[in-house]
Amino acid sequence: MDGFSDDGFSDDGFSDDGFSDDGFSDDDFIELDGIEKVFEVRRRAGLLRRERREVRAVDGISFRVPRGEMVGYIGPNGAGKSTTIKMLTGILVPSGGRLRVAGIDPSRERTRLARRIGVVFGQRTTLWWDLPLRDSYALVRRMYRIPDDRYRRNLDRCVELLDLGDLLDVPVRQLSLGQRMRGDIAAALLHDPEVLYLDEPTIGLDVVSKAKVRGFLREVNAEHGTTVLLTTHDLTDIEQLCKRVMVIDHGRLVYDGGLDGLHAVGGSERTLVVDLERELPPIEVPGARTVRVEGPRQWLAFPAAASAAPLVAAVADGYPLVDLSVREPEIEDVIARMLFPGSEPEEGAARGAVRSVGPH
Amino acid sequence: MRLYAAVALSGFKRYATYRVATVAGVFTNTVFGFIVAYTYAALWDERPHLGGYDLSQALTFVWLGQALLATVALFGGGFQDELQERIRSGDIAVDLYRPVDLQLWWLASDLGRAAFQLVGRGIVPMVCGALAFELTLPGSPLTWLWFLLSVVLAVCVGFAVRYLVALAAFWLLDGTGLSLMSGLLCMFFSGMVLPLNVFPGRLGEIAEALPWAAMLQVPADVFLGRRHGSAVLGALAFQAGWVVVLFAAGRALQSVATRKVVVQGG
Amino acid sequence: MAEPLPRARAYDGLRAYALIVAMWVRSTMAYRTSFLIMAFGNFAVNVLDFVAIALMFSHIDTLGGFTLAEVAFLYGTSGTAFGLADLALGSMERVGRRIRDGTLDTLLVRPVPILAQVAADRFALRRLGRIVQGALLLGWSLTRLDIDWTPDRVVLVPLMLLSGAVIFGAVFVLGGAFQFWAKDASEVQNSFTYGGTTMLQYPPTVFADELLRGVTFVIPLAFVNWLPALYVLGRPNPLGLPGWIGFTAPLVALGCAAVAGLAWRAGLRTYQSTGS
Repeated sequence: MDGFSDDGFSDDGFSDDGFSDDGFSDDDFIELDGIEKVFEVRRRAGLLRRERREVRAVDGISFRVPRGEMVGYIGPNGAGKSTTIKMLTGILVPSGGRLRVAGIDPSRERTRLARRIGVVFGQRTTLWWDLPLRDSYALVRRMYRIPDDRYRRNLDRCVELLDLGDLLDVPVRQLSLGQRMRGDIAAALLHDPEVLYLDEPTIGLDVVSKAKVRGFLREVNAEHGTTVLLTTHDLTDIEQLCKRVMVIDHGRLVYDGGLDGLHAVGGSERTLVVDLERELPPIEVPGARTVRVEGPRQWLAFPAAASAAPLVAAVADGYPLVDLSVREPEIEDVIARMLFPGSEPEEGAARGAVRSVGPH
Repeated sequence: MRLYAAVALSGFKRYATYRVATVAGVFTNTVFGFIVAYTYAALWDERPHLGGYDLSQALTFVWLGQALLATVALFGGGFQDELQERIRSGDIAVDLYRPVDLQLWWLASDLGRAAFQLVGRGIVPMVCGALAFELTLPGSPLTWLWFLLSVVLAVCVGFAVRYLVALAAFWLLDGTGLSLMSGLLCMFFSGMVLPLNVFPGRLGEIAEALPWAAMLQVPADVFLGRRHGSAVLGALAFQAGWVVVLFAAGRALQSVATRKVVVQGG
Repeated sequence: MAEPLPRARAYDGLRAYALIVAMWVRSTMAYRTSFLIMAFGNFAVNVLDFVAIALMFSHIDTLGGFTLAEVAFLYGTSGTAFGLADLALGSMERVGRRIRDGTLDTLLVRPVPILAQVAADRFALRRLGRIVQGALLLGWSLTRLDIDWTPDRVVLVPLMLLSGAVIFGAVFVLGGAFQFWAKDASEVQNSFTYGGTTMLQYPPTVFADELLRGVTFVIPLAFVNWLPALYVLGRPNPLGLPGWIGFTAPLVALGCAAVAGLAWRAGLRTYQSTGS
């Protein structure tokens, strides 16, 4: 029934829109050069007067992401993360700088770019509330004009890896948060996007769903070479998925490198939470310091880069142990340490995500 | 009691923050006021003293309707959409286990909303109408007082009706259609599209006895001084009677709905 | 914006519109009983709107010099045109809400025109009720009216319905575009859509000349049905305009559509640069 084939909209079909490739190479799939976004905020000042103020949400960011890389994009709330993602997807027009995704200027050719990217907005589902999951996918197929065989192949793969088999015929409103997120991620990948933007893909999910989502993303990245850019508050997402991390604060890129480097720069610490049989004086073991004691429970800080195994062995050796767990530092704390070196972790380290002890 | 006062106050404040929406609403009420006023002018030109109103009273009725449209929520809306959404999403289960009375809670918040909209959306259209046409305004302060009391009762009746409609979402899942129908019925039988005293014969008698009459026709007649002396008390008693009946119906429906939620586990 | 060719875009938009509409119809059918009851109920209740006018005529023979059948003709043409626009584009008032809750962004990353997606949002079949009611009244009025059916009058009736629908549709799109600047102001468009159709149901002779000039030359709602209908009914224009002006309705409709399209683009551009 389609009078127009995909060709009319393919990458090569149009070259009359005034941009040249500017030395775009396959290695630099996403390119940002001095990207800025300035908002004008109007505030009430008094009864009738309004104050105008400029807010530089993104203040001269430059980076490149090669094809097939998986990058964590992190920073405090309001740092400019989602503004950047919105510019990368063409939702917002940059106020300055140069931006290319797959050689396309996103805001100028938003709908053309849309065929080549996948976006998952953490808590805003794009699935159809009252219809079975399958129907949402059928709409994606037609909207993106995905050829039948490719659609079936991709759907099968998503169903298998994300464990959606039993959910396809369930109305979306009956799915749990974790199931819905898995459903959303599958919807964003059916058209084989070259790049996937994920905004908080594991927020609010249970442990099992988190593991499934991470495993799936790793698989997609490895098999298809899909470039992935993800924002998250969960450091474990980054640890398990990304070799490279970019940290943004006040609209500026303050760190771009490996995760180890981030820990090194931030000098962050993990926390070993030890439950003893009874109240005891602070534990003394090499390589860690006791930061807090509360009844029989004690908190021991140790460098994030160090392995927990020798520490656990030492504690188990000298003390009557009931239970223990390792807490990861929160991203905010890591960033805070990086931005304000020398600051004490306060009780931040103890706030982190609980994880069972295991080899790293 | 203090809790419900706080809820009412927050309802008032919440609607007070929607400045642009309020201005937009006032604009719309005023436009409609002019359109309807011209048609009534033509009607009363053909038949002076139709339904016992003179032209000025008929035009006053038009602008009163526009001023009270949002306050009494004749076309629905307000808490109704919110409650329906909570039923649809299942959040209502949480509300039912809270140690507050669901009906009174929403009533308090709706009274707060109504108080704001009486001021924010009632005054400007009324003033516009009074500037453009010759309206009949009450001379005695006592009439104004009775009118205000009548408006409060009208809001309560309106609330009770919308509460019933909103609770229907427990069974319908999608309440939009019913809300729309309820709104249109209310527009017709409250006198909003045509004053009830213009309705012919039996239809008029029936319409004036239905609860919707308590939402616009009665307050308007109090305002226009068509009910004075003990007739005012009769009018208010009519409104209060419907408040009692509809509130009781709301409670009954609520308890049935609660049992349904408990049985289905939310 | 350097996007694909206009024709391809238009086709893309219509196709996406149809796809999304189909999804909403299926969603509605998930609650089939509820839908059927509501569709019928809505139709029945919509009829009350005209009943009010009929009740007026229980006291009078003519309103502003027009008979009940003539008013029914005005009501039918305005109601049908408005119903068509409301069915197709009635959800434009939700633009502001989508901006507020951030879901407009999820639409902007899809490879189809945003206008089509917003227009198809929450498509509601129950709006057919208004079209049916308008068409029935129009049909009834035609059986009661004694019109001299010259060919140009015959042509003018369907032409008027189509142009009227386009003009109302343009108002819906304009209202949606306006919400890019004032996202809480969705009610303003009700003045021109619901307010417009209410006004057009009554004879133009009822209204003040300033109002008639306003809806003829500024916001050309008079072209929806008044001007063509006056010609069909063989009545003089209260402003003294010539009868043939009714035939310009399609041109006016095209002009309105163009203005609305430009406003929509400007609104979207504002959103893309301010993000709010």
